[in-house]
Amino acid sequence: MEAVPNTLCRLRVNGDVHVCAVAPNTTLLEALRYGLGLTGSKQGCDKGDCGACTVVADGAARLACISFALAYHDGPEITTIEGVAKDGRLHPLQDALDLTGGAQCGFCTPGILMSAWALLERNTRPSRDEIARALSGNLCRCTGYTKIFEAVELAARMMRERGAVTAESRDR
Amino acid sequence: MSESPKPPGMEIPADRMMPGADRLTPPAWPSGRASSPNPEFRVIGKRNRKVEGLAKVTGRAVYADDITLPRMLHAKLKRSIHAHARIRSIDASEALAMPGVHAVITGKDLPAYYGIIPWTEDEQALCETKTRYVGDAVAAVAADSEYLAEEALNKVRVEYEPLPAVMDIDTALAHPEWKVNEKAREGNVSKHVHLEFGDVEATLAASDAVIECEYWYEGSTHTPIEPHCAVAEFDATGLLTVWSSTQVAHYLHRDLAKVLGLPTQRVRVIQPVVGGAFGGKSEPFSLEFCAAKLSMITGRPVKILYTREEVFYAHRGRHPMRLRYRTGVRRDGTLTGVDARIAIDGGAYSSFGLVTTYYSGQLLTAPYRMQAYRFDSTRVFTNKPCCGPKRGHGSVQPRFAFECQIDKLAEAIGIDPIELRRRNALGEHTRTVNGMRVTSNGFLECLDRAERASEWKRKFRRLPYGRGVGVAGSMYISGTNYCIYPNEMPQSGVQLKLDRSGRATVFCGCSDIGQGVDSVLAYIVAEELGLELRDIRVVAADTDLTPVDLGSYSSRETFMVGNACLDAARKLRLLVAGALAERWGCDPGAITLAGGVAASTREPERHCMSVKEAFQIAESRHGTLGSVGWYQSPKLGGDYRGGTIGASPAYSFTAHVVEVACDVDTGRVNVEKIWIAHDCGRALNPVTVEGQMEGSAYMGFAEALFEEQLFKPAAAGHGPGLHHGPSLLDYRIPTSLDTPELESLIVESVDPEGPYGAKEAGEGPLHPSVPAIANAIYDAIGVRCDRLPFSPPRVLALLRATDARAQWERSRAQGAIALAGGASPC
Repeated sequence: MEAVPNTLCRLRVNGDVHVCAVAPNTTLLEALRYGLGLTGSKQGCDKGDCGACTVVADGAARLACISFALAYHDGPEITTIEGVAKDGRLHPLQDALDLTGGAQCGFCTPGILMSAWALLERNTRPSRDEIARALSGNLCRCTGYTKIFEAVELAARMMRERGAVTAESRDR
Repeated sequence: MSESPKPPGMEIPADRMMPGADRLTPPAWPSGRASSPNPEFRVIGKRNRKVEGLAKVTGRAVYADDITLPRMLHAKLKRSIHAHARIRSIDASEALAMPGVHAVITGKDLPAYYGIIPWTEDEQALCETKTRYVGDAVAAVAADSEYLAEEALNKVRVEYEPLPAVMDIDTALAHPEWKVNEKAREGNVSKHVHLEFGDVEATLAASDAVIECEYWYEGSTHTPIEPHCAVAEFDATGLLTVWSSTQVAHYLHRDLAKVLGLPTQRVRVIQPVVGGAFGGKSEPFSLEFCAAKLSMITGRPVKILYTREEVFYAHRGRHPMRLRYRTGVRRDGTLTGVDARIAIDGGAYSSFGLVTTYYSGQLLTAPYRMQAYRFDSTRVFTNKPCCGPKRGHGSVQPRFAFECQIDKLAEAIGIDPIELRRRNALGEHTRTVNGMRVTSNGFLECLDRAERASEWKRKFRRLPYGRGVGVAGSMYISGTNYCIYPNEMPQSGVQLKLDRSGRATVFCGCSDIGQGVDSVLAYIVAEELGLELRDIRVVAADTDLTPVDLGSYSSRETFMVGNACLDAARKLRLLVAGALAERWGCDPGAITLAGGVAASTREPERHCMSVKEAFQIAESRHGTLGSVGWYQSPKLGGDYRGGTIGASPAYSFTAHVVEVACDVDTGRVNVEKIWIAHDCGRALNPVTVEGQMEGSAYMGFAEALFEEQLFKPAAAGHGPGLHHGPSLLDYRIPTSLDTPELESLIVESVDPEGPYGAKEAGEGPLHPSVPAIANAIYDAIGVRCDRLPFSPPRVLALLRATDARAQWERSRAQGAIALAGGASPC
């Protein structure tokens, strides 16, 4: 297997254009983590089973570990966990996951967050069932998902109300 | 290196001394450990955020694989393709000749034996003469890239002589001559324990009903989402630094020094953020030794990241157990004697197996009173990946069997199973039949809460066919009472630095694996010194910077680290409050430090300042501010061989009620809800306690219905011992769609010795999930699931093999089945 980087790949990530050297078989996850230093997206299985590598492109959650980097050359804008907070402000999902204890070890969190982000971008009033479906490709081994569901519901409410997450709003 | 002499005239103050041979107990604080230093709790018990939470939700938390060092090489391990084979030769010349390959090591480069338990050191980083399971490591290659290292692995030629493979418990015992592990004293027996307390036969004979049944608990594995990863750097000064996704930095430190032949003071272990462990990272693995050795050889940093497949073979998960229980009860509901025979499939090495074997019996003796108890446990070696400690180490399997037994006994004498448990509750401040001291005990409240929340009385034996509820209880340790290697030093140490900036830094060797122990440190310091959480920095699990804590296992962190931290924080609080009291002319007891403000409760308007100013006053008065705190548990346990194993300074208690809906046409069991009532002493942060309760119940649910760590028999094209499906697709862990609704009911018994009364929450709440589900299935469809997992084919087979519907109707109609002569249907 020849794995020497020999092609330049232009990726649009989190609003920036990056160029990095890749091999034809370099995955998008490898390019993000090792080419661009965006280590927030995680490798849990490297075969598309766990969802820890989830990023969002074209409004949909994608598994970066089974996508080729070159497939995104001059392609759609990619959003990773590092691009979710805007202008130094946390996204409500981030704040909510922190507040509800939805991140325990935190390793699945970037993937969970990106899947939930893609959901909330198209549906700000998801039911518990819709949330569970949207996250069904993201394995979490710590939480039993309960606190993650709470976080997504809380974030959705915050986005509807366009306010910040506070302990008071959680308890409402 | 010899000990440096003490500078003349330097006497260590008595209060700083390490505990001596008589094991000092921690200092008694005037206000007691359970209460707040202020009129009310300001931080403890509140739904606070975790200290590392924001780093995790923004992708900034640095895990081992996120570390890249200049000139770093990548290494891969060559693994055995045979379950059991002698290594005839290894030829690495072709691999070494490849451009970009920097080093190859084999067993002879790291010959030292190691093992987490000092009495059973039976592992080598790379097998030297023999491989003992498919996946046992035999060589390691360091190269410029992961791809290149993998390619080079294929060029390492290993010549094997296959040996007969031992794949199950019965074969292991029947063929002692097929020796799996040469360190075993006798055949394939890894450990045998036989302990008896009271006259079991007499109490069973005096019972009104005796049930005897056999159970099978299938093996399962931890499956943290982060695979094991280590980065090693041997620097120019001869210092080895290893970053590893471990949960026991201290033990790893010791074993690295031993295997690599380095003095411990030339080794530094750093635990980065760990992406889940659950017991699966609580001992050293081949990757840490190999990365270190390859770095020493090449003079460059080396990283090893396990693939998901390797994580399944690294294992150290739940032991498969065959358990036979004979249990008696009197008509009034009194449990009498308990007789257990347990066979344990240990896999190829010892791991924590000595402890596992004891735990399989020692941790069953609460929350119920037993008149007499006997267990006989045998762990055997087999040619499979080694089992070890998975959340609820060694005691989840017997708990499953025993709680099913209780359900059967309750039916036999016609008593509601919650009521039977209530009648036999052990109570607080007492001893178990095997001599374990039990202090706080909130078990009865756990039963009450779960019963009420689930509307048990409306549902039990009253739901239509296909729906049912089940109950189970359990207890677990809050830390094991003794270190893995015998010594008289503290189990947990904390250093606390406080200065004029108004910021505190806590240093502790403890290991946050997501459960939140770093935050526990911060909460305690904030509570004691009146700081805001954001003004506290936690430096943890770095053997160069932090005092020793034994690590994240046996549910010890909150209790032991918390107590050490409380000790350190209260020492500094005394100095700060003393300096303020002196200045304000009041009693130190009248000083509050809370919410960033120091004040006198007598005259808060006049005597009030920021804690930062208060620290400056204290620093002016006492000099540079710092303190050390430590925890050492009191001497506990039964006075017999093995009597210290299972001894803990405090026990947690749990009761679950589960509601299921079963599809009788497919055998599919749908767990709809689990009510989890758990006595954690005091919830230092209810959010993280609930997180542990929900995560535990989820993991038990997963073992009950989904997970099996199975290995294939020999077939065309391969020998025995291949993992059945070493991927997260084939080894099914529950997704967000599979997981039931989980409701946490926190019970606070306020333990007299825990920090603010806290006990464990990380492992106890797993135990009742499995038997409560089994008992609920019986209530729903009339079949007893005595073998895990309760998968559709198995449940369907049970439905077809028995007249389940008739059994279900009998149990409804009679409410009880009198068992003539005490014979059981098993």
